[in-house]
Amino acid sequence: MSQALISVRNLVAKYGERTILNDISVDIMPGEVAVILGGSGCGKTTLLKNILRLQEPFSGSVKFWGDEVLQMDEPSFSGILKRVGMLFQNGALLNSISVYENISIPLELHTKLPEEIRDRIIRVKLSLVRLAEAIYKYPSELSGGMKKRAALARALALDPEILFCDEPSAGLDPLTSAALDELILDLRKQLKMTIVIVTHELASIHRIADRIIFLDGGKMLFNGTLEAALKAGIPEIDTFFRVGRF
Amino acid sequence: MRWEYRGNTLILGGGLTYRTIPAAYHSVFQSLKRHKPSEIDLGEVETIDSAGVAFLDEIHTRLASKGILLFKGARPEVQAVIDTFSSIKLPVPIPQRSMGWFEKLGDDALNAGQNIYQCLLLASEIYYFSLVGLISRKGQRKGSFVQQAVLLGSQALPIVALLSFIIGFILSLQSAVQLKNFGANVFIADLLAVTMVREMGPMMTAIIVAGRSGSAIASEIATMQVTEEIDALRMMALNPIRYVVVPKFHAISLVMPLLVAFSILVGEIGGGLIAIGYLDVSLPTFVQRSIEITTLKDLVVSFGKSTVFAWTIVIIGSFFGFQVKGGAEGVGKATTASVVASIFAVIVLDAIFSLLYL
Repeated sequence: MSQALISVRNLVAKYGERTILNDISVDIMPGEVAVILGGSGCGKTTLLKNILRLQEPFSGSVKFWGDEVLQMDEPSFSGILKRVGMLFQNGALLNSISVYENISIPLELHTKLPEEIRDRIIRVKLSLVRLAEAIYKYPSELSGGMKKRAALARALALDPEILFCDEPSAGLDPLTSAALDELILDLRKQLKMTIVIVTHELASIHRIADRIIFLDGGKMLFNGTLEAALKAGIPEIDTFFRVGRF
Repeated sequence: MRWEYRGNTLILGGGLTYRTIPAAYHSVFQSLKRHKPSEIDLGEVETIDSAGVAFLDEIHTRLASKGILLFKGARPEVQAVIDTFSSIKLPVPIPQRSMGWFEKLGDDALNAGQNIYQCLLLASEIYYFSLVGLISRKGQRKGSFVQQAVLLGSQALPIVALLSFIIGFILSLQSAVQLKNFGANVFIADLLAVTMVREMGPMMTAIIVAGRSGSAIASEIATMQVTEEIDALRMMALNPIRYVVVPKFHAISLVMPLLVAFSILVGEIGGGLIAIGYLDVSLPTFVQRSIEITTLKDLVVSFGKSTVFAWTIVIIGSFFGFQVKGGAEGVGKATTASVVASIFAVIVLDAIFSLLYL
């Protein structure tokens, strides 16, 4: 059995006295699409942010490629982050610079590639997310779906081994959402990436999930394949899939 | 990354990745100029990523024009990555043309003209709805006038007091030394009264209000614009100017002259300390001379121009707020632009008032 790319053990996250995540343990294996799902406020985004150290967990352990990252110093953790891409819920593009410059930032700051090579990489990444026409546009000139795709191109700039996506379908129409899912699956196939997605969009879950991690009230209720989840007989999961969302 | 030449063939091997390309890039291209290979063998390439593919594409683009260049022998997994990341068939986008200085000058002039027109249009609407608002409170929330008066007036008192006191104090201190030389100690009261009433009181208060309240007005309206609150008001059949701007306009029209009066008083106190403590002017003399030298015209001009400054600050703040483009960044830009424009307008208007009412 191959080693887990990401290994989370006994993770506890709190906001003040309120416990948001309670004793979460999960492994993400190479090449899989793991979907973290659950109702609004169940701690999905908090789990993602704690894994990536965007928030400091109360206790527990997070390992990337077998290395504990919670106690890691900044330079070492930067080395980990260079191998990881993140697609934020609202894209989080830098508004003051163009799409081209947004994608150029990681290439300029983390590599010593000559400009002509960087230029080719940026054009290819934008073409992969089907946004070649928006290369010199500013984020304020893009629609919601275009912003997400531009942000995805930026997340892919350094050919990450793991891609994290926080609610990639949120705020998108079903067609754009489906196209984005297809794109993510396509990229996974072509780039052999491991993908961790936070979502509560049922259609997306059915399309892309190899494995689901179901959270409810900060606890992990289920960790396994979608088929197994549907057969597990857990009332919360049954309700989630029957009603659509909490 | 390894490379060598066998006849007309360049053989690449090892890893063509983000890490290896920068070190080898210039040496490879130098060698290409000397050897001019007709084909490149990729059989020994073990790993490749998008930087490696971009590197191959760059070789192709530079050499293909000088003769047929063939890439051969890539392993299936390497070829798959090349197919995914190749930029050869992508159209090269044309960067947006930047304007020449003359064209930019014309563009700026046109924009400035349009902005002035829009600002005047907004000002006319604000004046109209403010006049209407004096008669009918329709379209305004109950208590909004008082709320704005507290926000724009009462809460500005501490900073106005502190700065006015310091200005009065410094003004007297600088003048006192000179006046003492001529034995003209008592004229400190005249100097201070005229300066504070005619110039420093209204102008310093206006600059403080522009920085504090003008920026708040611009950022509030800009945020409302960005978050579609202005559109929501329109959809509730409410006029945004009447709902958002008019209460501010009414409130600032009332509180600005009061703030100026307060500023003059505190400035006089600050200067009075020097007059009494350093120049040995008695308190009754200082007060009497200050009152005597201040004419009704001075007070009317002072409060009149402070009201004009206040209106200017609200109109400019609202204008930049409503004109905002983009998201959070646009709010910041609108706020900054509003403060700069307000202070500029206040100083220009003050100069005009000074010329008109010497």
